[in-house]
Amino acid sequence: MASTAQHTADSFEFRSLLNLTLLTGLRARDLAELVQHMRTVPGAVIYHHTHHFLVQHQFLSPEPPNDFAYWVSNILLEERLGEELAAVDLLRFPTLRDLRNALIQVIQGFLDRSSNLRTAPHGGEFHFMESVSYVMPTSVHATNLAEFREGLARVSLSSIAYHMFDARLRLERADNDFSRWLEHSLGEGQLAEAFRKVDPYTYTWDGLRRRLLGMVGQKLEENSRGRA
Amino acid sequence: MAGLEEYRPIVGEGVVAELRLLGERLSGRSILNVNSTRVGGGVAEILNRLVPLLQEVGVDARWEVIRGTQEFFDLTKRMHNALHGKPDIFSAQDREIFNHATEQNLASLDLGADIVFIHDPQPAGLIRAKRDLSNKWIWRCHIDVSAPAPGAWEFIAPAVEKYDLTVFSAPQFSRELPVPEVLIAPSIDPLSDKNRELRDSEVEEVLKRIGVRSDKPIVTQVSRFDRFKDPIGVIDAFRLARERVDCQLILVGGGATDDPEGAQVLREVRERAADDNDIHIVDLPPTSNVEINAIQRASTVVIQKSLKEGFGLTVSEALWKGKPVIAGAVGGIPLQITHKYSGILTHTVEGTAFWIKMLLAAPEFAAKLGENGREHVRNNFLLTRHMRDYLLAFLYLETPHERVVEL
Repeated sequence: MASTAQHTADSFEFRSLLNLTLLTGLRARDLAELVQHMRTVPGAVIYHHTHHFLVQHQFLSPEPPNDFAYWVSNILLEERLGEELAAVDLLRFPTLRDLRNALIQVIQGFLDRSSNLRTAPHGGEFHFMESVSYVMPTSVHATNLAEFREGLARVSLSSIAYHMFDARLRLERADNDFSRWLEHSLGEGQLAEAFRKVDPYTYTWDGLRRRLLGMVGQKLEENSRGRA
Repeated sequence: MAGLEEYRPIVGEGVVAELRLLGERLSGRSILNVNSTRVGGGVAEILNRLVPLLQEVGVDARWEVIRGTQEFFDLTKRMHNALHGKPDIFSAQDREIFNHATEQNLASLDLGADIVFIHDPQPAGLIRAKRDLSNKWIWRCHIDVSAPAPGAWEFIAPAVEKYDLTVFSAPQFSRELPVPEVLIAPSIDPLSDKNRELRDSEVEEVLKRIGVRSDKPIVTQVSRFDRFKDPIGVIDAFRLARERVDCQLILVGGGATDDPEGAQVLREVRERAADDNDIHIVDLPPTSNVEINAIQRASTVVIQKSLKEGFGLTVSEALWKGKPVIAGAVGGIPLQITHKYSGILTHTVEGTAFWIKMLLAAPEFAAKLGENGREHVRNNFLLTRHMRDYLLAFLYLETPHERVVEL
């Protein structure tokens, strides 16, 4: 597991995360096989299928949901179940275990009510994959809110995603990195709370960057008015 | 040849910085690429670009090519087809030819590198050197080996199973193996002649040369004259669409001169087009990269109506030019297009005709698909992403059991 010691005193060090995709060799042709594998695969597999769309389709609007929902809706054509899976709120779950259980519960509920299962056409099987994540430093860091805004504008989108998505769910830090630093190092509790309320999964990445920059900009203006 | 800095305006500062940092982590590590040809084909094209870029970020990368007799390359061509599913029988003599060529290359090649990166089945047997060298070996499979002809996979399996890591282009092209498999899609180079930005005058000059006027919307398919690319189906779909929207079709192909089946398909295409003035059939030599680039840029809608496909990188080429693409949902195409988000996936002539009409009638929607498609390619199918994945694969060999690695 990556170290959580990324803040030095008052400095915020922007990091970035890159994923390499491993093929597990596991495939599912129907929902029974899907849920059977979902119970046993490593957490890195659940992470991959709920987050790689965010990486690969980061400019699409509206964004496709997680892989499970996409496969169920578009390949198995079980639209109602697909919608339920797409609606699973990733922000509600503090760990991948909890997220996995929630997804399984939705599918199991459907299986308990259904007698006939649709099978994916040949070539449309669900392929289970796994992310190997590499956490890297960037040369960008901030010691105050103005520098933070500058960094936020400069770093790659995968860096923003790392601090917003991965720190919380993949590394189980309970909070996103930005909110933690804003609150504990800068004493910007209000702004930290505003960051927490943003649902990063509903934005394109570029849209997310703009949203966060807008909030920081507004706060900087308020602070400067307060000083004047 | 373009250096890494020239990619910065295209992919952004962060991506270039990440590549440099990954390079630093692998600094001084020697990586030897081995394939079977220096020119021609997608693998050579990519290595020509990647090796200098890897060197630029500090990796000691080099590239060797195996040698072999005509007999050996005839055999590996048969192997290639059989791995794709064409029935064949491999004899003890075939095995001897393969082993003999492998031995000769083992004797002549310097395989002393920290990582030996073997591309495709032809040089796969070189893994024999691993026992003495104690280095790491990667096998990169550029083809679909999911449904080979009986006996074909068994021919190379004993070698492949000795590698430390294997790489496939799409999950559906892979097969279950006792060694780790990673997914690394191929890529296009945004700075190559086939994909670089062109001036309007360059595009117009090419259109003039092939006798196409830009006075009505242009629908285009770029691909070899091959039945799996369904050029006849493209003509039929175009004609159905033209009943409702005025437009013209360009079918761009090449390589028909030295391929008897291609020549036959081209004849059939000409017959089906007959004397239709709205259908332009353009047979270009394989080096016509700027011409293909210009035709794609001049197009209103691009089609790739494949019935069977490898990865189908022509789709990414068109998407990169911001074009709305209608393509068959086969091979690697669904990885490049998410239906109605970044393009259109179809299964029939009628469906293709329907979407040609729709996209010509709804230019705002078509533009949105093109815009989404271009961004999807920017993030997933450019050379810089390919290079990043290779660098990560090299790093993976150092910690194969870790799932979160702090660099």
